Amino acid sequence: MSARDDILAAVRAALADATPEPSPVVSPVGVVPNDLVGLFAERVADYRAVVERCSVADLPARVAAALPPGARVVVPSGLGLDVPGQVVDTGLSSAELDALDAVVTRAALGIAETGTIVLDHGPDQGRRAISLVPDVHVCIVTEDQVVADVPDAMGRLDPSRALTWISGPSATSDIELDRVEGVHGPRTLQVLVVR
Amino acid sequence: MTGTFVGMPAFPVAAREALGDTQLRHNLAHATGVIRAKRAAVVGEVDNWEDLRLAGAAVKERALTDLATHLEELERMLVAHGATVHWARDAAEANAIVVGIAQGHGVDEVVKVKSMVTQEIDLNGALAAAGIAAWETDLAELIVQLGGDLPSHILVPAIHRNRAEVREIFLREMGGAGRPAPADLTDEPAMLAAAARAHLREKFLRAKVGVSGANFAVSETGTLVVVESEGNGRMCLTLPEVLVSVVGIEKVVPTWAELDPLLRLLPRSSTGERMNPYTSTWSGVTPGDGPQEVHVVLLDNGRTRALADSVGRQALRCIRCSACLNVCPVYERTGGHAYGSVYPGPIGAILNPLMQGTGDKQVDSLPYASSLCGACFEVCPVRIDIPEVLVHLRSKVVDAHRSDTVPSAEAVAMKGVAWTFSDARRLARAERASGVAGRVMKRMFGVTLPGGRAASGKLPGPDGGWTSARDLPAPPAESFRAWWQRVGRLGRQGGGES
Ligand code: SF4
Repeated sequence: MSARDDILAAVRAALADATPEPSPVVSPVGVVPNDLVGLFAERVADYRAVVERCSVADLPARVAAALPPGARVVVPSGLGLDVPGQVVDTGLSSAELDALDAVVTRAALGIAETGTIVLDHGPDQGRRAISLVPDVHVCIVTEDQVVADVPDAMGRLDPSRALTWISGPSATSDIELDRVEGVHGPRTLQVLVVR
Repeated sequence: MTGTFVGMPAFPVAAREALGDTQLRHNLAHATGVIRAKRAAVVGEVDNWEDLRLAGAAVKERALTDLATHLEELERMLVAHGATVHWARDAAEANAIVVGIAQGHGVDEVVKVKSMVTQEIDLNGALAAAGIAAWETDLAELIVQLGGDLPSHILVPAIHRNRAEVREIFLREMGGAGRPAPADLTDEPAMLAAAARAHLREKFLRAKVGVSGANFAVSETGTLVVVESEGNGRMCLTLPEVLVSVVGIEKVVPTWAELDPLLRLLPRSSTGERMNPYTSTWSGVTPGDGPQEVHVVLLDNGRTRALADSVGRQALRCIRCSACLNVCPVYERTGGHAYGSVYPGPIGAILNPLMQGTGDKQVDSLPYASSLCGACFEVCPVRIDIPEVLVHLRSKVVDAHRSDTVPSAEAVAMKGVAWTFSDARRLARAERASGVAGRVMKRMFGVTLPGGRAASGKLPGPDGGWTSARDLPAPPAESFRAWWQRVGRLGRQGGGES
């Protein structure tokens, strides 16, 4: 027998006494905050990310201000915004991405309770590598993209896409449990919440 | 001590050695204390934490009780999304598959994201034997690997190293493995992390093959999930051309929506955060994004053996959060190495015997590496009743040795345990009369101890189930000493051969 058949047979034999449960488990309710966007901003900031709220009109200036002076910035093709120093991603190699200073993307949604941004890597966010290799990530979230809690997010996301959930900058607590921001992912995360 | 856990002495011997190491005990006490406090704070802010625990347990239970169906669906969905699915009965088969893939691409190195399952099968050893270097990219794993050491904690594998030791290891070893540490390296954690970033970046950028595990595998959608903090996981999952994920068959979650309670439970239980910095999910190949050749190795390696034990089966619900380690009075004193396995602490004390079966001296000693105080159950996000399984396994160990002509040390030890357990008052004296001890007693002997509580009851106090566990004093000195003496004898008998 193949390993596959062997394992499946062993699983079935092991479970001879078990009764399968056909219906999915219903998730307990999530939080229902009064001020959804306010909570989101507060929770993102808790991770020592920089959070700013702004209007659509202010967005280009805020993005420019969030970037290091003279930075070369990779952007996804569908960002819908002109960024100073931008390099539109056309399949840059990892080494080419490593030579750039920052990245600007939009997001699929934000989760207020956990201060999380989820990217589904659509055209306004780009493929996974571009928001990973550069050291500064400026992420634009609109207020209507913010949901209350994780169960709300699960319902809105498409699991057939690759997703990246980001809660603050890259961090480690591996040395004596001291939290250090910034290991391999972007060491600076700046979130712009647009009205 | 390098490379593998094979040939480790039985728990009591290893524990005594560890107890003698004051630096280790200091590091552990500090680290587990910090994590306990962080966890308590973020668990306390969730009103319906107990409902979440029930849901998390129910999801994993539902996955396990119809595992064959879910595995077949997982395979189907993975293949539909362009992945190649492999099945491995044991470590050797899994290692051969991964080595074969790496050799097929002619590489002499792979980058790895921290994964307990690849430690369980000693994949790094198998790759090394084939002339392929496996670079660990998690900071703690890097510390452990460069130090020629073994991980001691599920979550913080280098919990036994302090910052001065880490600095020394980096200065001494990084140059031999790639980019050396800067000569002016201090022992500031931020500087040490920066040195790791620089050291590993060149490996990420050039790696052709990445190796990962998975925290969850959603059968309905063929989605694998990796939960991490540093971004090394994202690097390994995204930059290489080829990705191989080794996934234990118990990682299955039936539907996408059922991931929800687990994603809410894991970070709060594990690192004490509302959410971990990065979670990656993907289904097979994403055209134009990330690895375009994706392999998934579904591994048994003893899991079906554990599944066949109707009491012990619940151990396969484990989501490896490590909360049970951090509250365990035995673990806090001995550290992870004493368990002689990649799975230490309370969960290791049940998972190893369940997966490996009884008969091995080292493994058979593990169900005794506990004072049955019950703190592990109270914090477990998927409600694994570790004390219940420990008691069950102790009796299995004794049964396995019943035909021995000379009574084994375990049997002698178990006699003491059996005597203690044979009378409710004696147990109440010997073990702290906590809710869990009460529950175990009730189940075993139909009695209720003073202070015994219902298993699902919410405990009084603002922090719910957590409060009693966090404030839990060490077990009574007499009980612990008595246990120590019993297993100490076992250790002296068993330790001479290795
Ligand atoms: S047994 Fe429970 S508490 Fe322990 S690591 Fe597993 S899930 Fe966490």
